[in-house]
Amino acid sequence: MKSRIALIVYILFILLPIYWLLNMSFKTNQEILGAITFWPQNFTFENYQKILTDPSWYKGYINSMIYVSLNMVISLTVALPAAYAFSRYKFVGDKHLFFWLLSNKMAPPAVFVLPFFQLYSSVGLFDTHIAVALAHCLFNIPLAVWILEGFMSSVPKEIDETAYIDGYSFPRFFAKIFIPLIGSGIGVTAFFLFMFSWIELLLARTLTATEAQPIQVIMTRTVGASGIDWGVLAAAGVLTIIPGIFVIYFVRNHIAKGFALGRT
Amino acid sequence: MNKIENNKAWFLVLPVFVLVAFSAIIPLMTVVNYSVQDVFDTNTRYFVGTEWFKAILNDAALQSALMKQFMFSFTTLSIEIPLGIGIALLMPKRGMAASLCLVLIALPLLIPLNVVGTIWQIFTRSDIGLMGWSLREMGVAYNISRNPVDAWATIILMDVWHWTPLIALLCYSGLRSIPEAYYQAARIDRASRWAIFRYIQLPKLTNVLIIGILLRFMDSFMIYAEPFVLTGGGPGSSTTFLSQALTTMAIGQFDVGPAAAFSIIYFLIILAVSWVFYTTIMNMQKEK
Repeated sequence: MKSRIALIVYILFILLPIYWLLNMSFKTNQEILGAITFWPQNFTFENYQKILTDPSWYKGYINSMIYVSLNMVISLTVALPAAYAFSRYKFVGDKHLFFWLLSNKMAPPAVFVLPFFQLYSSVGLFDTHIAVALAHCLFNIPLAVWILEGFMSSVPKEIDETAYIDGYSFPRFFAKIFIPLIGSGIGVTAFFLFMFSWIELLLARTLTATEAQPIQVIMTRTVGASGIDWGVLAAAGVLTIIPGIFVIYFVRNHIAKGFALGRT
Repeated sequence: MNKIENNKAWFLVLPVFVLVAFSAIIPLMTVVNYSVQDVFDTNTRYFVGTEWFKAILNDAALQSALMKQFMFSFTTLSIEIPLGIGIALLMPKRGMAASLCLVLIALPLLIPLNVVGTIWQIFTRSDIGLMGWSLREMGVAYNISRNPVDAWATIILMDVWHWTPLIALLCYSGLRSIPEAYYQAARIDRASRWAIFRYIQLPKLTNVLIIGILLRFMDSFMIYAEPFVLTGGGPGSSTTFLSQALTTMAIGQFDVGPAAAFSIIYFLIILAVSWVFYTTIMNMQKEK
């Protein structure tokens, strides 16, 4: 019983700041600045309406979605075969290569801000979705290889051997047999890829100007000459949480097994 | 697992190598290049050798940013790891309650970093925020824009709120992989709650915990957006961490040379600490 209470207290601690944001997003600015109210007195959708009817606002969400999806597709496509190689074969320089890959996950994005800006400007990719997606590959590909390698190593090698004896070619075996076997691993990897790309700010902000600007950056616009538009800021914040809720909901059954990353 | 020797496996790794090299090696070379030059404009630049490195290593503001960074990473990790393990032990094992718990606890992980900052900025303001207002009503003099202690406490609380769920989820899935038979055996031996934790649960958690600690160390050492939004690095420079100091130098003041030298030192520190963790993981896997 005591443990139940402790858990509920912790979950309340998690929810309290989010509740406050949600509460604020349904209030008018007068009410927000007027007094502390635990429930909106004049319930209003105005803040959401402002965001969802103005293209310069909602395009931010679309931009974010586009580069996050692009990044997930690119990362998974190249990481799957690479993780297979690391989990099954020894080859020249494999250990060094693996650590080098991981070291990119360790690199602070702040280090790469200036060179990335120059690199993508010089190849004409500045302010495009693909630039942000590629930049996020820097930390997402190593992460995907690392997680997938763990899952693949827990699949017995006999399965590969049997399939080859049965006459499967490598691509057919990989697509038809191996990928379904590590389904929950791919689910968890996708979760992490989404997470780290969706929440990143520094690179996404530096590599975009108007066309591909993500919602996190557009949010900063609420600070205007007449002060901060708190209601709209709160509503925009709430809307950035929603895609995350969907993603968690889809992987919830894999979390218990999959978060150990195949390494228990 | 016995791995087969096969150098053709390089072909499978090649796409990853090319993509990561494109976004890592070329920019890194630019950084190294800048770190030994004094750049006036695109055509005028001089070779200055290790001058920037000396300047950076002797810069008092950056030394203090480095100290603050270590203190921050150490404090948050030493709160988040035990708390995360504790939460994982408390979570229900199956059914609807377990799913609901997982979804609610994972919630902070998927909020964009600067939105996390915004949420806490709103939450702690004494005029419109629940926490700031409550503290003021209780008579606590709490002000994150004036008092460095308050600013630090709030940033640490925010980081604990934001990242403890990651440790909790990793540990939770580690715990789920323990067969029920282990617990039955422990009950027959009348093992105490502590003995069960120490000899059955903790050993199963070591692998996931190392992953968790590694991820948390790397990410807390590069923290940028959350304190930037919440405190702006202040009051004064009391919460200016390394990434913010670096971005101000590179983009704000456009001091390309020193910023590049700074970047390299910064990267090397993370690399050194992570290398220690990494070799530990590899040695542990070898022992198995």
